[in-house]
Amino acid sequence: MKLAYWMYAGPAHIGTLRVASSFKNVHAIMHAPLGDDYFNVMRSMLERERDFTPVTASIVDRHVLARGSQEKVVENITRKDQEENPDLIVLTPTCTSSILQEDLQNFVNRSSMSSKCDVILADVNHYRVNELQAADRTLEQIIKYYLNDAVKQKNVDRSITEYPSVNIIGFFTLGFHQQHDCRELKRLFNDLGIQINQIIPEGGSVTDIKNLPNAWFNVVPYREIGLMTATFLEKEFGMPYVSTTPMGIVDTAKFIRELQFYVNFYALEKIGYKVNYESYIDQQTRFVSQAAWFSRSIDCQNLTGKKAFVYGDSTHAVSMTKILSREMGINVICAGTYCKQDSQWFKEQVSEYCEQILITDNHTEVGDMIAKLEPSAIFGTQMERHIGKRLGIPCGVISAPVHIQNFPLSYRPFLGYEGTNQIADLVYNSFTLGMEDHLLEIFGGHDTKEVITKSLSTDLDLTWTMESQKELSKIPGFVRGKIKRNTEKYAREKGITSITVEVMYAAKESLSA
Amino acid sequence: MNSAISDTLTFECETGNYHTFCPISCVAWLYQKIEDSFFLVVGTKTCGYFLQNALGVMIFAEPRYAMAELEEGDISAQLNDYQELKNICLQIKKDRNPSVIVWIGTCTTEIIKMDLEGMAPRLEAEIGIPIVVARANGLDYAFTQGEDTVLAAMAQRCPEISVASKQNQPMGSAFSQTLKVSNQQDHPPLVLFGSLPSTVASQLDLELKRQSIEVSGWLPSQRYTDLPLLGEGVHVCGVNPFLSRTATTLMRRRKCKLISAPFPIGPDGTRAWIEKICSVFGIQPQGLEERENQIWDGLKDYIDLVRGKSVFFMGDNLLEVSLARFLIRCGMVVYEIGIPYMDKRYQAAELALLQKTCQDMNVPMPRIVEKPDNYNQVQRMRELQPDLAITGMAHANPLEARGISTKWSVEFTFAQIHGFTNARDILELVTRPLRRNHSLQGLGWSSLVKEQNQLIPS
Repeated sequence: MKLAYWMYAGPAHIGTLRVASSFKNVHAIMHAPLGDDYFNVMRSMLERERDFTPVTASIVDRHVLARGSQEKVVENITRKDQEENPDLIVLTPTCTSSILQEDLQNFVNRSSMSSKCDVILADVNHYRVNELQAADRTLEQIIKYYLNDAVKQKNVDRSITEYPSVNIIGFFTLGFHQQHDCRELKRLFNDLGIQINQIIPEGGSVTDIKNLPNAWFNVVPYREIGLMTATFLEKEFGMPYVSTTPMGIVDTAKFIRELQFYVNFYALEKIGYKVNYESYIDQQTRFVSQAAWFSRSIDCQNLTGKKAFVYGDSTHAVSMTKILSREMGINVICAGTYCKQDSQWFKEQVSEYCEQILITDNHTEVGDMIAKLEPSAIFGTQMERHIGKRLGIPCGVISAPVHIQNFPLSYRPFLGYEGTNQIADLVYNSFTLGMEDHLLEIFGGHDTKEVITKSLSTDLDLTWTMESQKELSKIPGFVRGKIKRNTEKYAREKGITSITVEVMYAAKESLSA
Repeated sequence: MNSAISDTLTFECETGNYHTFCPISCVAWLYQKIEDSFFLVVGTKTCGYFLQNALGVMIFAEPRYAMAELEEGDISAQLNDYQELKNICLQIKKDRNPSVIVWIGTCTTEIIKMDLEGMAPRLEAEIGIPIVVARANGLDYAFTQGEDTVLAAMAQRCPEISVASKQNQPMGSAFSQTLKVSNQQDHPPLVLFGSLPSTVASQLDLELKRQSIEVSGWLPSQRYTDLPLLGEGVHVCGVNPFLSRTATTLMRRRKCKLISAPFPIGPDGTRAWIEKICSVFGIQPQGLEERENQIWDGLKDYIDLVRGKSVFFMGDNLLEVSLARFLIRCGMVVYEIGIPYMDKRYQAAELALLQKTCQDMNVPMPRIVEKPDNYNQVQRMRELQPDLAITGMAHANPLEARGISTKWSVEFTFAQIHGFTNARDILELVTRPLRRNHSLQGLGWSSLVKEQNQLIPS
């Protein structure tokens, strides 16, 4: 048992449902007590979905508990089969119903005999994996199910398409800016003359899964979801994959070069020449994207050496750390992730770009670290945005868990060249801006309202005299907290309990000494 | 009592494949209502993610509720539940020092048969903070009934009114209130139950005061330490239709007398509620009719908007019957009242008033559907084309996209809808989609899905 106030990744069944409801014409049945079907609310509200979420809860109540669920689950599956005519029904329990240890596989076997559609049981351990891992696993399970079936029926066409083509694996519902990222990637592939064979699972059809091997290679934009599927396709069908996230100028170029490498596998044989994307990269980097120019501009110069804290899922936190550090010259004092399952990779990726690494899914640890390090800006999740609010540190949101704000109506991708612009805006607007910064330093700012405590835990052992409080209020707002803390630290070291103006100056001197 | 009405009121029961919130959601409003409390939900990640996400109550600053998250070791009974809960409660005591810790049992604690009720008294004695156990699980209850489980548990902790039992008063209760208050009145003590924002509670207090009725306490009170005195001779009356367990507990366990009245929602309901309390105390109500009429006069502009319009309740928060009755009185036609659970005895007075209202307004009785089936309901809406659907959050956007105006039922749970003064707020909510449609009608589109998905037969 652990005391929990907040979690970064949701429970396993959310991941399963996100994958299932992203496919076209797939219905999910939850074996769950009343109220566990809040996924429907999340999808309907956050994505502003116009259609009814294709998820039905087969309710476990007292009666069902006493009699067993078989009848009800089977009945609900056959009923949905008739009502909705889906290609596939995915059955999933939740944390709660999984402990009933009912033989759901048996229900699935029974109901698939009487249904026109396919029926599968999402095979995840609800106490060992989180939302992201479960999504990765369920996607692989569905792909495997259809491909193995097609292989068995000798129904797989292993030849590749005439022109370079790709499968994009991992875009799905309730993702962080994923609809925009998807559009941006489509545009990129279009520019490069690469056809998109399939996008899985968002908007894909399970009946087309057997055609996945027709693509020349696969692309996995986010490493949280899709890697298992890509590995399976590589192993069983010899399809290579690109897992570099095209986020930021440098990595987008790296991504395109990897595409070029795989396109040129078959290029000579299929289209008669080898492709070269270098001029495209150069053109986009120097003239189309504004981000490369921004790094050179005088605005960005003022960001040099500013301290930033980065935290999020591993894909976004790693990409953001690299962008800040190598593309903008910002000093990342700590990079962290809640994807503990991926900590090895995370450390390898960021170690040369940041001073410190934080791997935890406990938000208080993250908050304490931010309070201790006092960065000038945070790039994190909605949670860090709130931590930042309390501490008076600006925060740009760069990663899931999602919030209604991460579903803007306007175009805000994080991937590709348009993504670089969007990220540069986000970074620039998060810091206190250039001239504003100077003026605050010179004139002490206009923010002279009452001093607020900036630490997450308040200390009551120190008192500030009237004069020293007044003095403190003269200090510009954005450094006030730091000076307050330094003074208190000094006072505590010297065993002083009442902080006077003299103590403040003494503290300042001791620091500069 | 129900035999009298069952001839005309028909109750159906469907499959129960409907969407509503989990009863643990009561934590979201109860922790604010009871200021010195701490709510600990003993459940899984699924429960925690619900509280944090679907309900939009993110746990950011000064949290007074949290999850005791059950992990694999807890489920497989490798860990000692008592020890685990003790550690967590000690930490809560250290961080927040609440006057009471409310353990909210969930489906998981039911299934693994965790003996929360057995552990609480031991732990309470050990750490010196009262622990109240409520089983707000989705196996037995829906949405607002979570509050019912908490209040029923708290009713057991209210101090006893008779002096004799002074010795076994529960911890944390302020017995010093004494019986002085009730002695001054010339009617037996009256305790109201149901959690309302304190302004609304004092409005109802005031309405009763106009009839010379003194409310001696509320369950829940603003602070746990101020729980009302209960016992034989105390009259109790509910303000919410979903509190049937609390009512039963008050009657059976605390020997209180239950005043069965319609609920104080809408001017009609509020008047009936006050009248019923007055009649039990043998008081002739003064100026109630004028007060009611005066409120109706003030609602005219809104009533003109809703008159003749039709409404469909999909069923979510158990406030459906009271709201439907008020809207029928406003001149609306109610096609269907979906409701998760219908306690015909506790709601008897409300159902009788519904029936009378339908007769007075000369409209057909709505069908009351318990444990509805959302899929079937959507099919029925396709036929009926109501002007407004009052629905859970999961269905609002899809219905709107198909040209059916909606209002979230949860808004009625959180808005101030009780008493004379707040009747306007109900109509404010109900008319909002209608007013919105009015301002957007020049745009020329109302349906935003492709033909084959529409509910409107073309």
